[in-house]
Amino acid sequence: MSIEILVYILGGLTVGSALMVVLSKHPIRSVMYLILTFFLISANYIMLNAQFVAIVNMMVYAGAIMVLFLFVLMLLNLSKENEPKSSLLVKIASALAGGSLLLVLVAAIKDTVVLQVAEKVTDNASGLVQNLGHLLFTKYVLPFEVSSILFIAAIVGAVLLAKRESQIIE
Amino acid sequence: MILATVFESGVSIQFYLIFATVLFVIGALGVMTRRNSIILLMCIELMLNAANLLLVAFSSYFGKADGQIFVFFIMVVAAAEATVGLSILVMAYRNARTVDVGIFNKLKG
Repeated sequence: MSIEILVYILGGLTVGSALMVVLSKHPIRSVMYLILTFFLISANYIMLNAQFVAIVNMMVYAGAIMVLFLFVLMLLNLSKENEPKSSLLVKIASALAGGSLLLVLVAAIKDTVVLQVAEKVTDNASGLVQNLGHLLFTKYVLPFEVSSILFIAAIVGAVLLAKRESQIIE
Repeated sequence: MILATVFESGVSIQFYLIFATVLFVIGALGVMTRRNSIILLMCIELMLNAANLLLVAFSSYFGKADGQIFVFFIMVVAAAEATVGLSILVMAYRNARTVDVGIFNKLKG
């Protein structure tokens, strides 16, 4: 019973923090709320017995990706004054579109019948690094290797794009 | 390490379906309303995280770890997307001195 309440509180906090990302005017504040959202999602992962994913989520998202975002925001030195604003019409239209998307998705999900689990599996070790590592290097070894090619492409692309044009021509 | 899963304590999988949907819609709403292109990229990360949450929830529901492997691949794609997207934005800022998404209208020529 107490676990159930904890899960609902965590869900509410996550949704509220995600809303603040969209609603806050200042970009730095948005980044901070997004970091909070990622930490709360990590807490949700721990509640779901996915301990290793929770740690990786904390390190990769809150640690690496969000620091990159924060670094770029501070590099560009944006202030509240030159924050681009969208018109009221766009805001109303997108609120309507988002609301209808939510309505359609929730209405579709509400009546779905989810497959029942054949036997209740209480495998607490399934989210630990030993099990995940074994799976990653046996069943999913090909996608794992292919993802390294994606990373190489991303690194080359980022370096090429961030260089000044005169440096590329020379 | 004898933890009861959340599903045994009465939380239904429908809760996670609705929860992930709400997170996804908030991300989509951010993409539609905000004009700062860095915030746009952040909202895309939020939508990817909603998908991750659902993968982990179903992985835990069925007691199989395969869903959690896919979360790693999504994280790989998200990291690659963030680096390339941010470097494109830095380059666009150098040329136009703004992060408004409207500057990409100039690409029409």
